[in-house]
Amino acid sequence: MASALTLYDKIIDKHRVMSLGDGAQGPGERLLLYIDRTVLNEYTSPQAFSSLREAKRKAWRPQAALGVVDHVNSTAPNRTNAVEDPGAQGQIDYFARNGRDFGIEMFDVLSPQQGIEHVVLPELGWVLPGMVIAAGDSHTTTYGAFGVVGFGIGTSDIEHLLATQTLPYTRLKRMRARFEGPLSIGVTAKDLIMALIREIGADGAAGHALEFAGEAIDALEVEGRMTICNMAVECGARVALMAPDEKVFAHIAGRQRSPSAALLEQARQAWAGLGTDEGAVFEREVVIQAAQIAPMVSWGTSPDQAGTIEDSVPDPQAVAANKQADTARALAYMGLEPGTLLSDIRIDRAFIGSCTNARLSDLRDAARVLCGRRVAPWVRAMISPGSSTVRREAEAEGLDRVFLEAGFEWRQSGCSMCLAMNDDMLAPGERCASSTNRNFEGRQGTGGRTHLMSPAMVAAAAVAGHLTDVRALELLEA
Amino acid sequence: MEKFLSVTGMACPIATANVDTDVIMPKQFLKGIDRSGLARGLFHDLRFTESGEPRGDFILNRPATRDSRFLVVGPNFGCGSSREHAVWGMLQYGIRAIIGTSFAGIFADNAANNGLLLVALSPKDVVALFEAVGSEGREIRVDLEAQTIVAGGLSIAFPIEADRRNALLDGLDRIGGTLRHAEKIRAFEQDYLQANPWLGERIEA
Repeated sequence: MASALTLYDKIIDKHRVMSLGDGAQGPGERLLLYIDRTVLNEYTSPQAFSSLREAKRKAWRPQAALGVVDHVNSTAPNRTNAVEDPGAQGQIDYFARNGRDFGIEMFDVLSPQQGIEHVVLPELGWVLPGMVIAAGDSHTTTYGAFGVVGFGIGTSDIEHLLATQTLPYTRLKRMRARFEGPLSIGVTAKDLIMALIREIGADGAAGHALEFAGEAIDALEVEGRMTICNMAVECGARVALMAPDEKVFAHIAGRQRSPSAALLEQARQAWAGLGTDEGAVFEREVVIQAAQIAPMVSWGTSPDQAGTIEDSVPDPQAVAANKQADTARALAYMGLEPGTLLSDIRIDRAFIGSCTNARLSDLRDAARVLCGRRVAPWVRAMISPGSSTVRREAEAEGLDRVFLEAGFEWRQSGCSMCLAMNDDMLAPGERCASSTNRNFEGRQGTGGRTHLMSPAMVAAAAVAGHLTDVRALELLEA
Repeated sequence: MEKFLSVTGMACPIATANVDTDVIMPKQFLKGIDRSGLARGLFHDLRFTESGEPRGDFILNRPATRDSRFLVVGPNFGCGSSREHAVWGMLQYGIRAIIGTSFAGIFADNAANNGLLLVALSPKDVVALFEAVGSEGREIRVDLEAQTIVAGGLSIAFPIEADRRNALLDGLDRIGGTLRHAEKIRAFEQDYLQANPWLGERIEA
C-alpha cells in the first residue's frame, strides 16, 4: 500500500468502522462508514421516519442531525407556517412531528435560521473539515469546500443513517481537476464549474470522488468554492473535495455552532494535515486553464449542454454522432434554432436563488450589476436568498433596495424556483435566466426552459431582456 | 423487498443519455409522506399531456410495451436529484430491472436498497441488446442467479457486486444487518469522539 494518500482516502480511512468485503483496499472496497452529521428536509425524509416507527427503531445520535424546511415552503414576503398545497402542508407538519418524536432539532418556515439546507449548515459553523456528511439531497457535495466528504443519499439510506449513524459504503475512484492560472475579470466560480461540466460531460466524474485544486481554486473565497463543489454532482461526482486552508478556518470561527475557541485551536492542528499527499494516485486527472474560461450559459436540457456567452446554439448535424439525437431533442424542447447567437436569446423570467448561488457574495455580485439599472419591461425577475440569515445580512447592507429599485421581487428563502416544488414556477414555454444548477426538462415548471448561468449573468440578462455578456455591461458602467 | 431470481418480460428501449430523476418522477409526485401513488408519476410529463391524456408518441404508452418489466437505457441514467421516488415509481409501475452502460450513483444505491436490479453492461453489449430489442421492444429474460440476459438468440453475461446480488436474491433487512454490529459502532464512536473532541461538543444552540 502506497503511503501517499489522497484527501478523500484519508477521510474515509478515519471513518471506517469495519470492512464489509473481502478486506481488499482501494476503489470498490466495501466498508461500514461512520457519518458525522446529516441534515434533513421535509420531502425526502418522511418515509424514513415512518419506517423507523414501523420497526420501532430510534435515532442513534439525534443531536448529529438537524432539519430545515426548504423545498416546499412559500417564499412570499409575508409567508406564514401554512401553505395552500395540502400535500406540502402534510410534509411540513409531519416533519415537525418527527423532530419532536425523535429528538431532532427542526427549523420551521418561520425560524430565523430557516433557509436552504446547504446554505444553513455552513453558516451555523456546523460543517467542519475532515467530516463525513451524508444527506437526502444530491447537492450535499457542497460541503467539499470545507474538506468534507459530503454526498447525497436516498430515503432508505436516510433511515439507515438515522438508525445506525453509519452507511454501508463503496470506496470511490479518485479524480482531480486542476484549474491552473488566474481567473479572468468578470468570470466566477459558476463559470469554472460549468466549463468543467461541458468539458467532461454530465457523467465525466461518475463513480469518482472529485478533488479540485490549482491557483484559481485557491484564489476563490469559501462561498465560491461551495458553488463549485455543489455543482460537481452535475458531472456525476459522488463527492467533491477541496483541501481546507486558512480561509476555511477563518470562515468557521465564531459562528453560532462552531466549536469553542479552545477546541477550534486543537482542531486546526488536526486539520492542517487534510490535503492530498505529494505523489498520491488519481485514476483520472484533468487540467483546465482558468484564464481561457469566459462567462458560461447553458442552451440545452443537461448541464453539459452549455457554451460561453460568445457561442451560438449548436447544429445537431455538426456534433458527435452519438450526441446528435440528444442535441436535436434538447433544441426542440428549448425552442431554439441552430446558429442563433446565445446572446440573442430573449428571456421572460430571471431567477437568482438556490444552494448553488444565493449566498451573500452572490447577491452582492448581482446587486453590483443592477445598481442604477432597471429590469427589461417584459421580464419578471425574482431573488430568493439562500437563507433567512442571508436575507437579513443583505438587507443590512441595503441590497434589498437595489433589487427592488431595479424591479426584482425580494422573496423569502427556500429552494423556490430551482426545482419549483412550491408555487414559484415557470409557465409552459417560459424562458428563464437562472442562477441554479439544473436545466432538466420541466425542472422549473412543466414545459419551462432554463438557461443556467452565474448570478451576475442573470442580473445582466434581466436588464437586457436577453442573454448577454455581463462584462460588456460592467464596462459601460466604468 | 421483493426477491429477484429470474424474470421474463417485455423490455422497452429508451436510448436517451442522461435521463434525470426530474423526468423520471416530476415534482408534483413528491408531496406525499408515504410511498404510494407513484406508478402514475413515472415519466409523467412524457407519458401524459397537460390534460392527462396518454401521449401516443411515448413508447411506454404503446400496447406492446405498456406492461414492460425491463428498460434498456442510455448512459448516466438516473442522474440529478436524490429522490428515491424515482425508484419507487419504477417498481410500482412493474419495472424489475434496468439495463444500460452506466447509472448515476445515488440512483444506483436507491435501486439496490429497494430491489430494483440495475445491470451495467459494456457499450458493445448494450448496443447488441438495443439491436435485439429493436425500436418496438421485445420479450427478454433476466436471470440473476445465472447472471445472464437472454434476448432471442442473444445471451449476455453480466457482473454484479456480490453483496448486492445476495440482497436481491434474499431480500435482506439492511438496517437489522448493520445493527448486528452495534457494539462495534459504539466502540468506534467512543474512540473517534474522544480523539476529535470538537465533534462531540453539544451542538444545540
